Amino acid sequence: MFKRLAEKGPAIAITVDGRKVTARVGDTVAAALLAAGIDHCRTTPVTGAPRAPYCLMGVCFDCLVTVDGVGSRQGCLIPVREGMKVETQLGRREAGR
Amino acid sequence: MAGEARAGDEFDVAVVGGGLVGIATAWGLSREGCRVVVLDEGDRAVRASRGNFALVWVQSKGLGLAPYAGWTIRSSNAWQGFSDLLKQETGLDVSFQRPGGFHLCLSEKELEARANVLKRLHAQPGIVDYKTEILTRDQVKVMLPDIGPEVVGGSFCELDGHVNSLRLFRTLHTALNARGVTYLPSHRVESITKEGGEFRLTTTQGEVRAAKVALAAGNANMRLAPMVGLDCPMKPERGQIVVTERLRPFLNHPVVTLRQTDEGTVMIGDSKEESVDPSGLTIGVSATEAERAVRQFPLLANVNVVRTWSAIRVMTRDGFPIYDESKTHPGAFTVCCHSGVTLAANHALTIAPMIARGALDAPLVAPFSARRFHVQAAG
Amino acid sequence: MIAAADLASSYELVIIGGGPAGLAAAALAARAGVSTVLFDENPGVGGQIYRAITSTPVADRAVLGQDYWDGAALADEAKASGALIVNGATVWSLDRQRLVGVSVGGKARMIEADRVIIATGSQERPFPIPGWTLPGVMTAGAAQTALKAQGLVVDGRTVMAGSGPLLWLLAAQTLRAGGTIDAILDTTPRRNWLQAMFHLPDFALSPYFAKGLALLREVRAKVPVHRVDTMEAVGNDRVREVVFSGAGGTRRLPVDLLLLHQGVVPNVNLANAAGVAHVWNDRQLCFVPVLDADFGSSVPGIAVAGDGAGIAGGTAAAERGRIAAIAAVRALKPDAVVPDTQAIRQRLQREEMGRAFLDWLNRPADSFRMPEGDTIACRCEEVTAKQVRDTAKMGCEGPNQMKAFLRCGMGPCQGRLCGLTVTELIAAERKTSPDEVGYYRLRPPVKPITLAELASLPISEAERKAVER
Repeated sequence: MFKRLAEKGPAIAITVDGRKVTARVGDTVAAALLAAGIDHCRTTPVTGAPRAPYCLMGVCFDCLVTVDGVGSRQGCLIPVREGMKVETQLGRREAGR
Repeated sequence: MAGEARAGDEFDVAVVGGGLVGIATAWGLSREGCRVVVLDEGDRAVRASRGNFALVWVQSKGLGLAPYAGWTIRSSNAWQGFSDLLKQETGLDVSFQRPGGFHLCLSEKELEARANVLKRLHAQPGIVDYKTEILTRDQVKVMLPDIGPEVVGGSFCELDGHVNSLRLFRTLHTALNARGVTYLPSHRVESITKEGGEFRLTTTQGEVRAAKVALAAGNANMRLAPMVGLDCPMKPERGQIVVTERLRPFLNHPVVTLRQTDEGTVMIGDSKEESVDPSGLTIGVSATEAERAVRQFPLLANVNVVRTWSAIRVMTRDGFPIYDESKTHPGAFTVCCHSGVTLAANHALTIAPMIARGALDAPLVAPFSARRFHVQAAG
Repeated sequence: MIAAADLASSYELVIIGGGPAGLAAAALAARAGVSTVLFDENPGVGGQIYRAITSTPVADRAVLGQDYWDGAALADEAKASGALIVNGATVWSLDRQRLVGVSVGGKARMIEADRVIIATGSQERPFPIPGWTLPGVMTAGAAQTALKAQGLVVDGRTVMAGSGPLLWLLAAQTLRAGGTIDAILDTTPRRNWLQAMFHLPDFALSPYFAKGLALLREVRAKVPVHRVDTMEAVGNDRVREVVFSGAGGTRRLPVDLLLLHQGVVPNVNLANAAGVAHVWNDRQLCFVPVLDADFGSSVPGIAVAGDGAGIAGGTAAAERGRIAAIAAVRALKPDAVVPDTQAIRQRLQREEMGRAFLDWLNRPADSFRMPEGDTIACRCEEVTAKQVRDTAKMGCEGPNQMKAFLRCGMGPCQGRLCGLTVTELIAAERKTSPDEVGYYRLRPPVKPITLAELASLPISEAERKAVER
């Protein structure tokens, strides 16, 4: 859906559901997922429908993901960090995660 | 049916109040064959039914008025049947469950206080016999494996349960709609008179007439009751609730201050403030509720809070229900209580038929007359 | 990085939002000697219009255009002014006493403010068409954010749909960046011209006139544009095609990415939760705060500047921020030297001149604001338009009762993506005005915080006793 204008800036290695993804400095989690061509980042707690980032400006909450073991983080507001573990959030969040 | 009350419409009963007490009563009246109109306020009304905690709760009920325990258990026992009837009519499931509920204590002092309350409650003469056990931490942990290290124990009553109260609210409205009950929102009742054998209710949008009137307007009953020769002394208070995002099921029993809804959200809170400003919200109170919740269930620490709210509790002056019929204005009734969810089954299945017949059944509800306030005042 | 613990317990002025209004206000107030903190939830300042202005990887200045780069001066000014600028700071509570609840790095603080300027700007208007929740459907603003902040340009089969200046700007920027756009679906109702024409003379004098025409020419030369009356995103697990109809009948286009936009509306959540009175603006089809000439709200000490005060664009937002800041400075430091308000007001007036034309021209069609049937109105709780309409028919008069009945607005976005839709659907069913219907009554936290954060806040003895009895 998106490509990078230029592969500039230092690469940052993160994992998405255990898979290695190369992000760039300046990426948010949501942007890194889009750049990596990941189709959806969560399924809804109501019907299990797949969702992907929608607004990228912190209002829609469709980019909720589990980041480093903590669920329901807004992917579009969180800058990537080296070694960050991002997980697709399936349905309702599990308490304690 | 929503919409305009047509001129000349005649109703058997006008129910004043579109909250849970009013609509449960209206539904019961409709089942008895009455033509019912429900008069309600608008979208921004102070509305306890949108702010309640949704417990169908027995433990602790009745200290200070023993018959209240029996009345509560009657409703608790009728609740499953009530929810089945609603489901048959609407297809909506209000998720009533009665797995037994807890009151958790975070210190020995709290546990001792809890035990004392229960001792005093159950020692009252004439109290119905029901079991509330004091459990040790280990006993609690068997049923609530996620409790934190600070939980020292608690009390458990197998009659306690909960329901999805917002769905109950919607379900009753849906059922009323299907039954053809006239629902008139934004019809705040300004005055009630009785002329020529019928009640005339003046609202912000015209007059409504009915043979009988049931006052189920929560704290506003205090204003309305004297218009028909009744008394309904109220002492409203503010409560705050914190609610989390939807979570996978982790809690099989409701706790009096914390429960997981069937939708997955966790509701937290049982605060009491004297303020009656529904728009105010005290962050420090929410913080206390959150702090205790995390101590009770540490796995909730990282969970997101998506809402907090304050609501005004419907509270009679002594906290017990008021059911009355007017001596001076026969056909006028009060149906008023704090626990509109717990007692919904009674209001629908016991109180409504009494109103339909035109007389309250003294052996069942005489203890709940507001006359008790005058007796106390005289004594 | 500034941590929550580094914050003082009070500031004279708290500004919420680091877009043009917030940046301009912060610079002016701090220079006048007012202790000023600016909270912004994004990793860098700029807001949406100047998103990533200090860090964008888009080096070719022609791609984003001069209007974007003008924002750099605002950011520099604010930085040099001495105002404390805290990014990654989410303000989740504000009350009538101007107590600000803010979270930074997962730690919450309560901060007292003598004056508050809410500069939380705008968000894109909900665009509830069938299939708008499918992966692969995003807002145009989202694509623009990805371009500005990360240098991501659309790839694959891309359709942009809707109305309003931002859609055309994004199209032009995308083309300049080397992206391709398969089609633009223009949803602007033709009859809008009738009303808009009255305001054309003013618009012709505004700075947007020439820019707008140039943009349209630039995009139309390279992208087919279809006028459409209905539109649907179709797909199972993701959007596969967009189906639309117009004068030429029904057509389908295969898509990888469908970008929707039908204007922006004020971000009202924080102001609403603080008790600021709002009123329906029928021209902009949204709720706007009731404000005085200095952008002061109905709550003493709280101003709303920028697009949050009603949509007028980025340059106007900065001027509004300055006016609000001058009012704050005058209240806090009567002897401080502040710029001449008159000159600012004149510039603002010039900026706002063409707004009526743009508003009337781009007023979205009823069918794109008030959906029917199984189209989702509330994305979080997956509540459909039909459910909302049916419940309104049952006698549910307003959005707060609707919320209780259907849970719309109860999810994590807290009504941001359904509030206007639900209000307008109820108004349509009740045959009354959105103003009469009203909006959700919002409560803190207006952005989620964790239970542990909430638990960490200061608690008075009385507050504890209200719970521990």
